[in-house]
Amino acid sequence: MSAAVTTITMPKWGLTMTEGTVVGWLKQQGQRFAEGEEILEIETPKITNVVEASSAGTLRRIVAAAGATLPVGGLLAVVAADEVPEAEIDVFVAGFAVAEPSAAAESEAVGARPQNVEVAGRRLRYMELGEGSGAPVLLVHGFGADLNTWMFTQPPLGAGRRAFALDLPGHGGSAKEVGAGDAEGLTDALEGVLEALGIERVHLIGHSMGGAIATLVASRRPERVASLTLIASAGLGPEISASFIDGFVRASRRRDAAEVLGLLVDDPALVSRSMVEDVLRYKRLDGVTAALTKIAEAWFAGGRQSLDLTDRIAALTMPVQLVWGRNDRIIPAAHAEALAARLPVHILDASGHLPHMEKAGEVNRLIGQFIGG
Amino acid sequence: MPQKSIRQALNEALAQEMRRDPTVVVIGEDVAGGAATEGQRDAYGGVLGVTKGLIGEFGEARVIDTPITESAIMGAAAGAAVTGLRPVAELMFSDFFGVCFDQIFNQAAKFRYMFGGKAKTPLVIRTMIGAGRSAAAQHSQSPYHIFTSVPGLKCVVPSNAYDAKGLLIQAIRDDDPVVFCEHKLMYDLRAEVPDEPYTIPFGEANIVRDGDDVTVIALSRMVHYAGEAIDTLAKEGIECELIDPRTTSPLDEDTILESVERTGRLVVVDEATPRCSIATDIAALVADKAFAALKAPVRRVTAPHTPVPFAPVLEKLYIPSPERIAAAIRDVHGYAG
Repeated sequence: MSAAVTTITMPKWGLTMTEGTVVGWLKQQGQRFAEGEEILEIETPKITNVVEASSAGTLRRIVAAAGATLPVGGLLAVVAADEVPEAEIDVFVAGFAVAEPSAAAESEAVGARPQNVEVAGRRLRYMELGEGSGAPVLLVHGFGADLNTWMFTQPPLGAGRRAFALDLPGHGGSAKEVGAGDAEGLTDALEGVLEALGIERVHLIGHSMGGAIATLVASRRPERVASLTLIASAGLGPEISASFIDGFVRASRRRDAAEVLGLLVDDPALVSRSMVEDVLRYKRLDGVTAALTKIAEAWFAGGRQSLDLTDRIAALTMPVQLVWGRNDRIIPAAHAEALAARLPVHILDASGHLPHMEKAGEVNRLIGQFIGG
Repeated sequence: MPQKSIRQALNEALAQEMRRDPTVVVIGEDVAGGAATEGQRDAYGGVLGVTKGLIGEFGEARVIDTPITESAIMGAAAGAAVTGLRPVAELMFSDFFGVCFDQIFNQAAKFRYMFGGKAKTPLVIRTMIGAGRSAAAQHSQSPYHIFTSVPGLKCVVPSNAYDAKGLLIQAIRDDDPVVFCEHKLMYDLRAEVPDEPYTIPFGEANIVRDGDDVTVIALSRMVHYAGEAIDTLAKEGIECELIDPRTTSPLDEDTILESVERTGRLVVVDEATPRCSIATDIAALVADKAFAALKAPVRRVTAPHTPVPFAPVLEKLYIPSPERIAAAIRDVHGYAG
């Protein structure tokens, strides 16, 4: 009956994750759960995330207690039907322990590596996951972020289709030259990436500033864009947190960076020290402060958003949905609520500006349903 | 991200800064690998290969081989710095600072102050520290506390390749003289290092591990020994916060004090001798500014107050070991008053 025995293993979320720490179990040993229910919380290199049940079952054995740190692929728990005897679970756990290192090594080997593409003489970094013949998805991050912001989003989207995530100019592993840093230039870059990668038709998913860029591409090239998901997007109203933008551009030390990053999420305790360290490592690179300063001036001068895309969105013909965190302190959820009469709008409770990280499961479901199997 | 050794990280930092800024020059013994000797050009790239390849790209005007004369290297470099170049001067072994200390201590460190801010001295002194190779008492010391004690000098003591590159670029761009201390047993130690140039600000400690029970402060190679000790103690249920100050001047006092205010317990690990040392300095800082938070006496794990022994058995006893560090942490953790 071992086919009835399945596992919950340490997931690999994002490029840098090699191990994770169990924060706590949300289900007790012996408890039954349905598909999609939250099983446990894991601390990752960026933020604490919830593991959801991929199918219904009973949590027969918790192998890794709260506080335990395991490599990616390590055995967290055993799931099986109630009638599977304890002895069989014992045998399974013992057998898995032997296989653990190779499982971790395998997931490391298949872990995607970012690649570079040349667009208008400038190196842009992207990562591709998954296979499939349908229209791929392309994920576009926001101001100061990089493709790792999609660590919980890209892998599930990559099941059954190609899923791309991009580093915008001035960000992540892309060249730090941003020209004027304005919407026009960044939109050219995104369009250039679609061209260079030969993506004819795409589901665009944009977060914050990346949402505005995705909207502009959809507006310029409607025939190429199958759907548009905007997460806490810029361009839908004038308000934006000037203290976040200014603070992010200025922060060069851990304390300042931690404070500013805390503004991004509903619960600042979720922000890990290595998330802060990753931001500092990015910000220390030559050219980054200059790039961010230019972009901030072009987009958010005087603490207001200079770009208003509400008319453009109204004119779009492809499906568009908005996803927002109710407690977003960077761009208020009111920007989405104002469009609720015209578009599907999903406001998620207990989430700040990063719903795709704070409420990854819900956001992934919303995107999955929206773009279809 | 590519893995690079400390040697590669330092070489990359030098090459990138020399490409970016034509005033950056390298000067020292064998930095060009014996440029003036038939068949020896670029043979070494400094005694440990850090400057290898620079002579080929930048030529003899910017990669300057010198005779064995530390006083001339430091004198020339200090003078060049104050008149417009950004020299990176190599003092092969930090133990030799005695023969060129006037140039460092009484000249380079004082120019900006003595000329009322009109002169700047963007000088980097790269130098090797550390015991563990049976190089005996005159080639094994870690005298960064002496550089730290001089107002006007900055002092950098990196523990890994990522920090080494970012701190060396920061040192080269800094307008004050900086002593950059490289541990001679760590050049092959690898870490993820970006290909692009980047800087790490001085006076910003790195929190290597998080923990609430005991604060452990360590520099250079001792960061790794402390890490081993902390791994052992984690299995005993003791969670340590490991802080690497990265620079001893300026020193990130805030990070140290905040941590001790939380843990109430402090162990400082230092490969140098214990009198008038960084370990002593940090212990005094905490006694002065966080006394009320302390739940146990501060413990220092250091070398003894002796020259570094040549005999391998004695040298091993001399260098703080992970076992000694773990024992000190256990003592401090178990202290009940």
